[in-house]
Amino acid sequence: MALLTVSGSPHVHSTMTTQKIMWGVVIALLPAFLVAIYFFGIPALMVTLVSVASCMFFEWLIGKYLLKTPNTVTDGSAVITGMLLAFNLPSSVPLWMVIIGALVAMGVGKMTFGGLGKNPFNPALVGRVFMFLSFPTAVALSEWPMPNPLFASSVTDALTGSTTLSLIAHGGELPPISDLLLGATGGSFGEISAIAILLGGIYMLCRKIITWHIPVAFLGSALIFAGILWLIDPTQFVNPLYHLLAGGMMLGAVFMATDMVTSPVTHKGQLIFGAGCGILTIIFRCFGPMPEGVSFAILIMNAVTPLINKFVKTDKFGYKK
Amino acid sequence: MTTFRKGGVHPEENKLAKDCKIEIMPLTKKAVVFVSQHIGAPATCVVQKDDKVKVGTLLSKAEAFICANVHSPYSGTVTKVDVATDFNGFKKPAIYIDVEGDEWEDGIDTSEAIVKEIKLDSKQIIDRMKDRGIVGLGGAAFPTNVKYMIPEGKKAEFLLINGVECEPYLTSDNRIMIENTEEIFIGIEIMKKALNMNNAIIGIEKNKPEAIRIMTEMSKNYSGTKVVPLEMKYPQGAEKQLINALTGREVPSGKLPIEVGCVVDNVATALAIYYAVQKNRPLIDNVLTFTGKSVTNQKNLLVRVGTPLQEIIDYCGGLPSDTGKLISGGPMMGKAIMDTSAPTVKTTSSILVMSEKEAKRNPQTACIRCGKCVSACPMGLEPLLLATLCEQKRWEEAEKECVMDCIECGCCLFTCPANRPLLDLIRVGKNQVGAIRRARSQK
Ligand code: SF4
Ligand code: SF4
Repeated sequence: MALLTVSGSPHVHSTMTTQKIMWGVVIALLPAFLVAIYFFGIPALMVTLVSVASCMFFEWLIGKYLLKTPNTVTDGSAVITGMLLAFNLPSSVPLWMVIIGALVAMGVGKMTFGGLGKNPFNPALVGRVFMFLSFPTAVALSEWPMPNPLFASSVTDALTGSTTLSLIAHGGELPPISDLLLGATGGSFGEISAIAILLGGIYMLCRKIITWHIPVAFLGSALIFAGILWLIDPTQFVNPLYHLLAGGMMLGAVFMATDMVTSPVTHKGQLIFGAGCGILTIIFRCFGPMPEGVSFAILIMNAVTPLINKFVKTDKFGYKK
Repeated sequence: MTTFRKGGVHPEENKLAKDCKIEIMPLTKKAVVFVSQHIGAPATCVVQKDDKVKVGTLLSKAEAFICANVHSPYSGTVTKVDVATDFNGFKKPAIYIDVEGDEWEDGIDTSEAIVKEIKLDSKQIIDRMKDRGIVGLGGAAFPTNVKYMIPEGKKAEFLLINGVECEPYLTSDNRIMIENTEEIFIGIEIMKKALNMNNAIIGIEKNKPEAIRIMTEMSKNYSGTKVVPLEMKYPQGAEKQLINALTGREVPSGKLPIEVGCVVDNVATALAIYYAVQKNRPLIDNVLTFTGKSVTNQKNLLVRVGTPLQEIIDYCGGLPSDTGKLISGGPMMGKAIMDTSAPTVKTTSSILVMSEKEAKRNPQTACIRCGKCVSACPMGLEPLLLATLCEQKRWEEAEKECVMDCIECGCCLFTCPANRPLLDLIRVGKNQVGAIRRARSQK
C-alpha cells in the first residue's frame, strides 16, 4: 500500500468547479446566440467568433508574456467575455473594431488587475463602453440593422431601422411586445430575444450557477421605478414592460450583473446591487442624454461592490438580539 | 420540513453500510488503551506493569471536574504503561494489556435481558455516569455527567437526542437505533430523570426511514419522547444546528446549549447511559462503521476500545490496493489517519477508506467571488474573507469577523468551486486568535 494521504477535513468535495461554472454560463448564452444567428445571419456569427477568439488570444498573450501566470484560457471565462462583448454590438460592426474592443476588455478590464477573480469591473462592459465612446458611428447607432430571418422568403439587404430604445427616447411607434420577447427587433444582436436570455437564466439557476437575487432585484426595481414614472405621466414615459424587454436590460440583468467576480458575495448585498442597477438604468434611460443605460448602471454598481461587501454583512448565527 | 436556519450543504450520502447488521468483533490479543479519552483535564493512570485486570477494572481515574474514568475493556495482564501513537500520529500515555480470556468484574450485568425499571435517583444517575466513564459519543468526548449538572440560574427545558448522523457514509447510529431501540429509549428515560424532565425530542434525518419507523413505533410506549424526522442537510448533527432545527433557538456565540435551555446528547450516548445505569457496565466498546466505496465488506462492528486499527482492517478483509486515505469519522469532519497500528478510542465511530483518486483534492483556481462559501456557512460567516485575513495574518480583523464561531464543519471548502483551502486557513486563524485571547486574559 502506498503511503496514506493525510490532509485536513473535509475529505469530500462538491462536483462544482470554476471551469464548470464558466462553461455553464457559455451554454446558457447559446439560446441567445442561436436567436442572433437566426435573425442576423453570418455577420452575427462572425462578430461573435472574432470576439471570442480575440478575448482568448489576449488573455493567453498577456498571461504568458506580461503577468507570467499559469494559462487560464481554458477556464471558459474569456469565452464568456467574448460572447457578452459581441452580444452588445450591432451585427454590422467592422471586425477590426471588435478585436480592439476585445483587447480593451481583456487587457484593461481583466488582466491589469491580475486576471480571473481580481477585476472589479465586468470586462465585457469595459470593452463595450470603450467601443461605445470610441466608435460611436459604428457602435452607438441610431439606425440598427433590422432582423432578417435566415429563412425569410423575401431577402432584403441591409434593412435598417430604429431600436426600440431610441424609439422610446425620441418618439415613434413602438413594436409589439411579442417582437421583443422573441427577438424580432432591431438592436445589439445578442440582446434582442428576452425569451432566449431568460431560458439561459433559468438554466443557470437550475445548475446553481447563479441565484435569483440579482436578476430579480434588477428587473423588479426597474419595473417598479419605471412603473411609478409611467403612472405619474403616461404621455412622457412608456409602459414599463418596454423598459424591461428592450435594449440590454435582460442581457444585463441575467448575464452581466450576475458576473460573480464583480458583484457582492452576500444575498443581501446582491439584492442591493441588483436594485441599484435597475434604478440607475431607468434614471439613465429616462433622464439621461442617451437612450441606453444598462452598461453604465452595472459598471457603477461594480464600483460600489467592494463597499457593499464591506458594509452589508451576513447575519451571523448566534448573535440574535 | 424541519431543518436549521441557514447554510448547510448536501454531500452525496453514501450510506453504504446502512443495512449491515452489527457484528461483534473478536477480541484482540494485544490491546492498547489510552489513559485519557475525553476532552478536559487528563485522567490519572491507576494500574502498573504486571497488574491483573478484568473487564471493567478501573485503569485511569478522573480527578479533575471535567475528566472521565477509563475502564479496562479486557481481562488480562498489564504489560507496560508507556506512550502509544494515536490515529493522528500524536504520542499519548497508554496502557498495554495482554488479553487473557474475557472475565468481567463482579457487579456488571452482562446478560441480554432488558432492564426497564430505573432504580437510581437523579444524583445517583449522574454519579454513575461519571463512575462508568461516559463521554459524549457524538464526537466531542465531553464527560457526560458534567453536562447534566445544570449550572445555577439555568434551567433545562429541552432534552434533544441526536440521531441525525448527517455525515456521509456513517451508519453506526442508524444501526443502533434499529437494533438497540428499546435500550436507547430507556437511556433517554434515565436522562430525563437525571434532569427532572418529562419530555425529549429525537431528531433523525429522513434518509434513515427504517430507523425513523422503528423509533417512532417505540416512542408510543414512552410518553413524552417524540421522534422528529429532519430534512437532509449537513451539518444538522452539529449541536448548535440541531438545537436550531428542533427548537428554533439559537445558542449565542461562545455559549453552551444550556444557555438556551437545551441539553443535547447522541443516541449512542443514550445507549451507553442505559448500560451504565441499568447494567453497571462501563463504556468499553462502541459500534463503528468500516466503509468506503472501494470496500467489499462493508461492516458495522461492535469493537472494544483499544483494538489496534490494523486488526479491524484485517478482520474486514484488508484494504483495497488503491487505498489512498483512511479517515476516522465521516468525510466532512473526520481526521485522516496516519498510523494503522494505533488503537481505537471510545469515540471511534468509523473507519472510512478512500481510494487514491478520492483522496486527492482538485486543483485550485483563483477565488471567483461566487459567494457559495458564504451561502453554505451554517454559522453565517464569510469564509472567503476569513481565509484571506488568515492568509495575510490579520488576526485581529479575523477575530472581528467572528473566526472563533467557525465550527469547522467544512461546508465552505466542500462547496468552493475554486477549491481554495478555506478551512485549512481558517483553522490556522482560530489557533492564532485563540492564543491571542489567552494572552489577553492573562494580562
Ligand atoms: S466559494 Fe470559493 S470561489 Fe466562491 S467566493 Fe468562496 S472562496 Fe471564493
Ligand atoms: S467557516 Fe467554519 S463554520 Fe463556516 S462553513 Fe467554513 S468550516 Fe463551516
